[in-house]
Amino acid sequence: MASTIRVRATSSGETTEVQALIQHPMDSGYVKDAKGEIIPPHFIQAVNFEYDGKSIFVADWGPAVSKDPYVKFSFKGGKKGDDLKITWVDNKGATDTITAKIL
Amino acid sequence: MRSAIRFASIGFALAALALGSAPTAHAADTPDPPADAKAFKDYFTKKFPKVKLEDFVNGPYSMNEDMHRQWEEKEQFPPYDFSLDMGKEMFSKPFKNGKGYADCFPNKGIGIRQNYPYFDEKEGKVVTLELALNRCREANGEPPFSYVKDEMAALTAYMAFTSRGKPFDIKIPNDPRALDAYQNGKRYFYTRRGQLNFSCATCHVQSGGERIRAEVLAPALGILNAMPIYRSEWGGMGTISRRFTTCNSQIRGVPLNPQDDEYRDLEYYLSYVSNGLPISGPGARP
Amino acid sequence: MRGNMRISTLSLALTLLIAGATSSLTAGSEADFKAAYAAAEAANKEAAALRNQWTTTAAALAAAKKAADSGDFDQAVASSKEAEALAKASIFQATSEKEAWKALEIR
Repeated sequence: MASTIRVRATSSGETTEVQALIQHPMDSGYVKDAKGEIIPPHFIQAVNFEYDGKSIFVADWGPAVSKDPYVKFSFKGGKKGDDLKITWVDNKGATDTITAKIL
Repeated sequence: MRSAIRFASIGFALAALALGSAPTAHAADTPDPPADAKAFKDYFTKKFPKVKLEDFVNGPYSMNEDMHRQWEEKEQFPPYDFSLDMGKEMFSKPFKNGKGYADCFPNKGIGIRQNYPYFDEKEGKVVTLELALNRCREANGEPPFSYVKDEMAALTAYMAFTSRGKPFDIKIPNDPRALDAYQNGKRYFYTRRGQLNFSCATCHVQSGGERIRAEVLAPALGILNAMPIYRSEWGGMGTISRRFTTCNSQIRGVPLNPQDDEYRDLEYYLSYVSNGLPISGPGARP
Repeated sequence: MRGNMRISTLSLALTLLIAGATSSLTAGSEADFKAAYAAAEAANKEAAALRNQWTTTAAALAAAKKAADSGDFDQAVASSKEAEALAKASIFQATSEKEAWKALEIR
């Protein structure tokens, strides 16, 4: 099955810029459906970006983050061709991970 | 409830005032689409001299610098990516009878979005891309998709994508029924409706580039070129049908059914006056 | 038209005043509601034929029905009259816009 994570990491000398788009409903648990019933909460709780065995960006998410979240950040270091690993876990215990090469 | 009546009276009083200061109506009742299209483009290019003609297709993002920067960032990782992928998959998957969408459309359905809507002389009506897609499904024994939900949005997203950059090329054949449809669409666009007494033109001609609450309004020129759009407000992808029906309810008018004659004709008119501007769909909007 | 609306507003106000003052004797009856509702529905149907119904008309009709279901015929009649006024306004809008739209057209 196709990954839920799309990532593009580009290194320019000293810093690497990372962009990621994650496919996830991010239901807050406060929204009602057409029948008037609450759509149960279903959202990513933790996202982890790892480089060279270390976590370089960790996010604790909750119901305030919208559907299909997009993240962009830069970190010092990172070389072309190296691996960048992204993992997320949601409140139902589901998870997905992807490893991409830094461009 | 007396206040409701007063509100309505005030609405009409305002409209009457607007009427009073308007230029006298033209005698000519035969529509001249090429003249209309030229006047339409002139109006907007004069109103927004810093916006290049082809940039009108980005709607609110061409209306101010801050929004333009947001749009450039969004384009690097567009939120419609998932819908586009789904659309591509759906488009290539054969129907149960073995045929596919490619069999219903010229050029196998690739790179043709800019020709829709077109006037079907046999049927005597305007045919939009969404309508054509559902007809293709039904002709091949498949149930039609809802015009306002994700599947139709994904399919039209893919088809728009294959036409990116191609200029709108809407034709009005030399047929009085086609001219009628065009004129109906034009009339719909400028007619006030709903309890809020707005026409499409109220927001997208008179107030294009200005704000309505927190949103910057798109000018009408090029407004369909980016469809379908991933709208952050919707948290998802939406078709032209979805936009028309929700616009109606937002001004407190009961929406018509998707693909009713009025909507088909409206799409015909709006697409025609944007002839020459490039298809930029699928798009993303706030 | 606006003169007519002023007259009907006045008669509506009078009707309500009378109804309020004599509520214990002649509270809005089910028959009153049925007549008012039918009038509102008829006007809304005419608006539908003109392809120009308002969402607020539908909401007023629904409120009227709801009030009638719970036995509050005073409110039901009031909501029905509101619905009828809204429907008539939407008919006026559709009719006047048949010519008025030309004033907005870009030429």
